[in-house]
Amino acid sequence: MMNRLAPLALLALAGFLPVAGVYPLFLTKCLTFALFAMAFNLFTGYVGLLSIGHASFFGMGAYIAGYAAKAWGVPTPFALLAGIAVAIALGAAFGAIAIRRRGIYFAMITLALAQMVYFFCSQAPFTGAEDGLQNIPRGTAFGLPLGNDLVFYYFVLALTVLAYLFIQAVIAKPFGETLQAIRDNEPRAISLGYDVRSYKLVAFTISAAIAGLAGGLKAFALGVATLPDVHWTQSGNVILMCLLGGMGTALGPIIGAIVVVLLENQLASLGVIHLGFFSIDFSTKAPIVIGIVFMLCVLLFRRGLVGELIALLGKRGLATETASRHTP
Amino acid sequence: MTILGLPIQVLFGQLTIGLINGSFYALLSLGLAIIFGLLNVINFAHGAFFMLGALAAWLALTVGGVNYWWALVLAPLVTGLFGIVVERLLLRRLQGLDHLYSLLFTFGLALAIEGTVRDIYGTSGLAYPVPAALRGPVDLGFMRLPAYRIWVVVVALVVCFGTWALIEKTRIGSYLRAGTENARLVQALGINVPLLVTLTYGFGVALAGLAGVLAAPIYQVQPQMGSSMLIIIFAVVVIGGLGSTMGTILTGLALGVIEGLAKVFYPQASSTVVFMIMVIVLLLRPAGLFGKEA
Repeated sequence: MMNRLAPLALLALAGFLPVAGVYPLFLTKCLTFALFAMAFNLFTGYVGLLSIGHASFFGMGAYIAGYAAKAWGVPTPFALLAGIAVAIALGAAFGAIAIRRRGIYFAMITLALAQMVYFFCSQAPFTGAEDGLQNIPRGTAFGLPLGNDLVFYYFVLALTVLAYLFIQAVIAKPFGETLQAIRDNEPRAISLGYDVRSYKLVAFTISAAIAGLAGGLKAFALGVATLPDVHWTQSGNVILMCLLGGMGTALGPIIGAIVVVLLENQLASLGVIHLGFFSIDFSTKAPIVIGIVFMLCVLLFRRGLVGELIALLGKRGLATETASRHTP
Repeated sequence: MTILGLPIQVLFGQLTIGLINGSFYALLSLGLAIIFGLLNVINFAHGAFFMLGALAAWLALTVGGVNYWWALVLAPLVTGLFGIVVERLLLRRLQGLDHLYSLLFTFGLALAIEGTVRDIYGTSGLAYPVPAALRGPVDLGFMRLPAYRIWVVVVALVVCFGTWALIEKTRIGSYLRAGTENARLVQALGINVPLLVTLTYGFGVALAGLAGVLAAPIYQVQPQMGSSMLIIIFAVVVIGGLGSTMGTILTGLALGVIEGLAKVFYPQASSTVVFMIMVIVLLLRPAGLFGKEA
């Protein structure tokens, strides 16, 4: 239970942070990436297959929602739904193709398919190529003026809580238990008569849908949808968030997303530091730092921050729930 | 003279460009396959090593005044040594874990290498001149081709088939094949498997470095040249499977040529044709053309 309730407590706490003076737009950015990481974790954490293509769903969610709102004046909730619909279609197509293979091949196929989406986005007329979509209007939702950063933050927070509860319902019995059974022993699940491929496909498509929602919210939060949203490094970012926080745990992706967004922000604001004879410009070092954190995570704490904590508490007999077996 | 309504010059011009790309695909996927065979590591940093090979050649010329011919030997050695250090100090710690961890580790390594190079040299690209002896065209009778392109194809083919012979026909190759089948048994027979693993990784990385030197005068030396190449290589590997050395080489060459033909007949699809073929192969033959397992 602790593992399930801690995220809700954290999200409730998040409701008070703007009052405490934390910049709402920064919090919104954290939430959209937490949502993205939760979506990724739902598939990779519970099915055990590594997707290196989730940037496609996130990025297309951002492009479609942003374009619908900007070019056609679609109300914000419907623009978000349009983004989710496209992410679902794309996720079902990716899943149907990639699920034919397992392990490393699955990872390579999702990456290759995502590269096709990247090429498509770099050439399609509606994405604005190198410039991307700029000045996406937030509009209103249910009479709320989303243009206000604080109102928009609570709007995103509400959606994140709903998405979290939805994910918890999905991974609860019996669907989620079947997914974990497939992850832990696929031949046995097959011999028990489960249609393993359909389970994986449904999980992948749900994961894509939530990633699409996260992308759409990000587009409205920052007002832009650009090529880096669909680039493979974005898929790498979300992998790192889950790996750092704890793959296959409920709280891990949220913590991981906050740490990575904070890290990027801190590096950007550090700027140039002078150290005696030479100076380092930290604002351009984000990819290097991300890469190094990635390697350290894999080498030193593969269970992630939350996973290691759960293991530590488990050793002392304090945890009511033990960390599940980890396969990224 | 025309074929299918196209001037033969245009058709063969694109075919040779395709053959050059195919040579790079073959060299890189061969290294990837050898490493995967023995180490069970999908080397995501392979593209980064390819880029480092090109960068090493550029640095050698610009800073040290070392010419192309020396770079052709030295750059693969340097990148191979770097690979050996990475394997010995870091990658080795992930042995015995799920394959995905080594993939994730090399993913981080690729990000760090690419990020560092971009930070120092920018993204605009560094020009590397074609060596003097290979400038100018060669007259093949029916058409004229740049000498350097012919050189690249010949070198890549010689190295690919040389590697194939090394693996399939020599004693050291038999160790490698045996290690791929059952590393513990080979160790029990008194062969130093950890050393074999290190040398194999170094060799695979050196092949990537060599491809980088060959590529430097054709493409510019750019930080992102490796990752865009690597994603295509992954598709090549999914299409061909990692099981057969010759299968890997031939798939790489064939896909380069098909890509070249796509540029002639339907240019819009040329950047995605390899991925489309991957999708078709997965739908018709999920295990890949030369694959053994599902």
